[in-house]
Amino acid sequence: MNSRNRNLILALIPLALMVLAFQLVPVLSMLSGSFRSADGTVFTLSNYWEVLQSAYYMQAIKNSLLISVFSSLAGLTVGLICAYCITRFTPAVRDRLLMLSNMTSNFAGVPLAFAYIILLGNNGIFTLLFQQWGWEVFSSFNLYSWSGLTLVYVYFQVPLALLLLYPSFYGIREQWREAAALLGAGRWQFWRTIGLPVLAPAIFGTLGILFANAMGAYATAYALVGGNYNLLAVRIGSLVAGDVVTQPQMGSTLAVLLALTTLLAVFLNHRMVRRAQRFGSGWSGKPTAERRAVRTRLAPAAGEELGQ
Amino acid sequence: MNRRRTGLMPRALLLGLMVYLLLPLLATGLYAFAEDWQNTLLPRSWTLQWFAEMFRDLRFLEALWTSLYLCLISVGLSLAVMLPAVFVITVYFPRWENFMKSLVVLPYAVPGVVAAVGLIRTYSSGPLDIAGTAYLLIGAYFVVILPYMYQGIRSSLLTVSAAELLNAAELLGARRRTALLNVILPNIWPGIIVSSLLSFSVLFGEFVLTNMLVGGHIQTIQVYLYKRVGESGHLASAIAISYFVLILLVSLVLMKLGGRMGRGGHHE
Repeated sequence: MNSRNRNLILALIPLALMVLAFQLVPVLSMLSGSFRSADGTVFTLSNYWEVLQSAYYMQAIKNSLLISVFSSLAGLTVGLICAYCITRFTPAVRDRLLMLSNMTSNFAGVPLAFAYIILLGNNGIFTLLFQQWGWEVFSSFNLYSWSGLTLVYVYFQVPLALLLLYPSFYGIREQWREAAALLGAGRWQFWRTIGLPVLAPAIFGTLGILFANAMGAYATAYALVGGNYNLLAVRIGSLVAGDVVTQPQMGSTLAVLLALTTLLAVFLNHRMVRRAQRFGSGWSGKPTAERRAVRTRLAPAAGEELGQ
Repeated sequence: MNRRRTGLMPRALLLGLMVYLLLPLLATGLYAFAEDWQNTLLPRSWTLQWFAEMFRDLRFLEALWTSLYLCLISVGLSLAVMLPAVFVITVYFPRWENFMKSLVVLPYAVPGVVAAVGLIRTYSSGPLDIAGTAYLLIGAYFVVILPYMYQGIRSSLLTVSAAELLNAAELLGARRRTALLNVILPNIWPGIIVSSLLSFSVLFGEFVLTNMLVGGHIQTIQVYLYKRVGESGHLASAIAISYFVLILLVSLVLMKLGGRMGRGGHHE
């Protein structure tokens, strides 16, 4: 019995070592780095103070928050409408559409930025065509600006939102619809008083995942604008592994702040999924295989990146 | 599931969605085959020269090879470490599962940029100076695929009721090692293949960690693609579309395998 237990523990040691070495220690090292002075000796809060004082870093944070909020809301809106539409199709068609969304959610990061450069870059196909047709509306659009970045971010948010939201529509039972109709509720009234409240946890939870996904997205922005647009994730990258003088302490500080926002957003999702389960809607009503398929895409963009 | 006929509105909206999602892919694909494409809706002439160039490009082939072996080593290492560990936790220490769950969700919640900061800080000085080496990257990759591998192996074990199988085999007189190798492993194999493939495709598309940790020294396919984006657009789109076709094939295999593995089919 004793030797057997020893064998069992032995099987766990490699995993424990790997997780310690490549996950826990680096996170702790980053935390401690954010509280150290530039020469790495003294414990201090000055790094955080410097971020708050610096217009440049605050702008990076503001840009990232704005782009994340906008792209998440846009992705959520499109995803919500399309998720509802998907439930109106036969299962065969529905599964094919979901498969397509799943595929395109793999199309993130560098290849995605590249595709958009072909379409809408300075010599992009559409850019030149619009010029030729004289569509002045688009002449002011610039892919390498805030609006262009947001547009590309929305592209990888939509499939993710769709995959996360569509199961919760199956939590709305046909009987409720019929009951509401019998009691004289119109379509709008049904959605306002029954449909949306039932969907609410799934919507807020999805918003959390989308927000975290956009905050952490790096590859797409980096491939599109390099260091020319001030975003938090890109700023961190250049502080730690850039060509200029690296400032690991500042990089750690900004990374801690970024991790706080994404952890908070993912925590929100976690709470909301639990609440949705109490409703008996959302996850719990779906076959496990489909749940797994959706859950495995939670990777940031890769996700992006979970993608990203 | 409602059985009403699909209306015009959902059809139109989803058609729009499909066009929106496929347009960037289509553009990349057309660009990879286009010889002359200026100011027209479709290219004027077609060519295969970009693909020919791609296969003659030694740096590309090298990057492809680098990607392949780094991903294979990482997935292999992950299997070697995770299989015994997850088996022991699932079968003998189910109490630890809650702790494991919160541990494996961390890679989801911590973006790649943040993970890279910690890794660079830990390994660029001190006793373990492995900054910029493949060792550091493989370690980082191990953490990236931790959630997929853990959930995949765990659900395979639960699906085949590993604990009961093991007890039954031992009751019938099999040694534990024999029971593991001849009963448990063959039963969970399909599920393990699926999670390995999924992990592989995730790592194949990884850019952030790769670029920040070893970008200057080791070129994977993603890093190489990034370096080419500024140069010949046609060649880069040939690479991008080939990469995507590969990912597509992996996803298709995954769907097929996953479909065969799913128990009970759909309950609508």
